[in-house]
Amino acid sequence: MIATRKREGRRTLGAFLVELVLYSLLVTAYFFGVLLFLGPRLVQLEMQHIRVYAVVAILLIIGQAILLEAITTGLLRLLRGGRSE
Amino acid sequence: MYFPISHSHINPIYLVVTGFVIGVLGGFFGVGGSFIAGPALRAMGLDWNFAVGTDLAHIVGKSVVAAKRHRALGNVDLRLGLIMTIGTIGGAEIGAQLIQALKRAGNVNFIVSVVSIAVYLSISTFMIWESWRTLAKSNRSDLRKQSGTAKIKEDQSAFMHVTKALQRLRIWPMIRLPTSGVTISFWIIVLVSFIGGLFSGFLGGGAGYIRMPSLVYVLGIPTHLAVGTDLFEIIISAGYGTLTHAIKGNVDILIALVMHTGAAIGAQIGAIATQYFAGPKIRLAFVPLPLIGAAIVIYTLLSGHKL
Repeated sequence: MIATRKREGRRTLGAFLVELVLYSLLVTAYFFGVLLFLGPRLVQLEMQHIRVYAVVAILLIIGQAILLEAITTGLLRLLRGGRSE
Repeated sequence: MYFPISHSHINPIYLVVTGFVIGVLGGFFGVGGSFIAGPALRAMGLDWNFAVGTDLAHIVGKSVVAAKRHRALGNVDLRLGLIMTIGTIGGAEIGAQLIQALKRAGNVNFIVSVVSIAVYLSISTFMIWESWRTLAKSNRSDLRKQSGTAKIKEDQSAFMHVTKALQRLRIWPMIRLPTSGVTISFWIIVLVSFIGGLFSGFLGGGAGYIRMPSLVYVLGIPTHLAVGTDLFEIIISAGYGTLTHAIKGNVDILIALVMHTGAAIGAQIGAIATQYFAGPKIRLAFVPLPLIGAAIVIYTLLSGHKL
C-alpha cells in the first residue's frame, strides 16, 4: 500500500517536473513572440484611445487565461495518461 | 525587461514566480491575493497606482483559470454566482465612492488602514475558533476513518446553528441552490455579495478574504463550493476594477500578462489540491492570509511608507 503510494507520488512529481519544463519553454517563446509583437501596439493604444485600451486589456487577459488553461489541461492529460487531476 | 506602459524595468522571472505563488494561494483558498501581489509589484519599483490596477488585471486572468478548473471539479455554484453579481457590482461602486469621499475629507489612508486591520484580525480570530472547534468535534465523532473525495466534500461547521437560523428566515423571494444544497432568501445572498463588493471597492482587490468565509458561515455553502464560487465572483469584481483603473491609466497589461503565465499553472495546482483537504482544514489553513494582510497594513502605518 505504502509502496504503491510512494510510486504514485514519484510518478506525479516526475510528470509535474516535465510539465514545468514544457511550460517554461512555452512561456519563453511567448515572451519573445507575443510581447514584442503586442508591446508597441498596446503602448500606442494606451496613449491615443484609453477606453479602447481598457477593453482590449481585459479581453487580452481573459483570452490568455482561457488559452493557458487549455494548454495546461492538455499537458496534464498528456503526461498523466488521460487524467487531468 | 522594459515595460513601456508603466516605464518600468522588471525581471520577468520575478513576475512569473510571484504570479505562480499567488496562483497556488488563489486556486486553493479562492482569494485574489491582492494583499501579496500589490506589495510585491510595489517592491519591484512600480508606482502604487500601477501596482493596484495591474494587480487587478492579473487577478482576473488567474481567477478565470482557477474558476474553470473548480468548475470542472464541480466546485462552482453558477446560479449563486450570477445572483451575487448584483450585490458585488453595487457594493464595489459604493466602496469606491466611499474612498473618494474620504479622499476629499483628507484622511483616507488612516481610516482604510484601521478598518482593514480590524477586518483582517476579526476574520482570522473567528476562523481559528470555528475551524478548531469543528476539527475537534470531527475527531471526537471519529470522522478520521472516513476517506475519499466525496466524504472530504461533506462539510461541517461549529457555526452551523447560526447558518441554519439564517436559512430559516423566509423573506420572499426564496432561492433554491441545488448545487450547494441550500435554500435561502435572495436578500441574504445580495447582502453578502454587497458586503464583499463594498470591501473590494473600499480596500481594493477581489475581497475573497471576506467573501469566502461569508459564503461558508452566512449562506452555509460547503467550503469547496465557496472557494470555486468566490473565484467566479472575483472575476466580476476584479474585472470591473480593471476596466475603471485602465481608463484612469493605472494598468500595465504587459506586466499582468507576464505575471499571469506563472499564475495560470499555480492556480490549477491550488485548485486540484483542494480535492485532498476537508473543509475545516482549508478554513484553518486560510487563517494566515488575512494576518499577512494585517501585518502589511500595520507595517505601512508604523513606517509611513507602503511596501
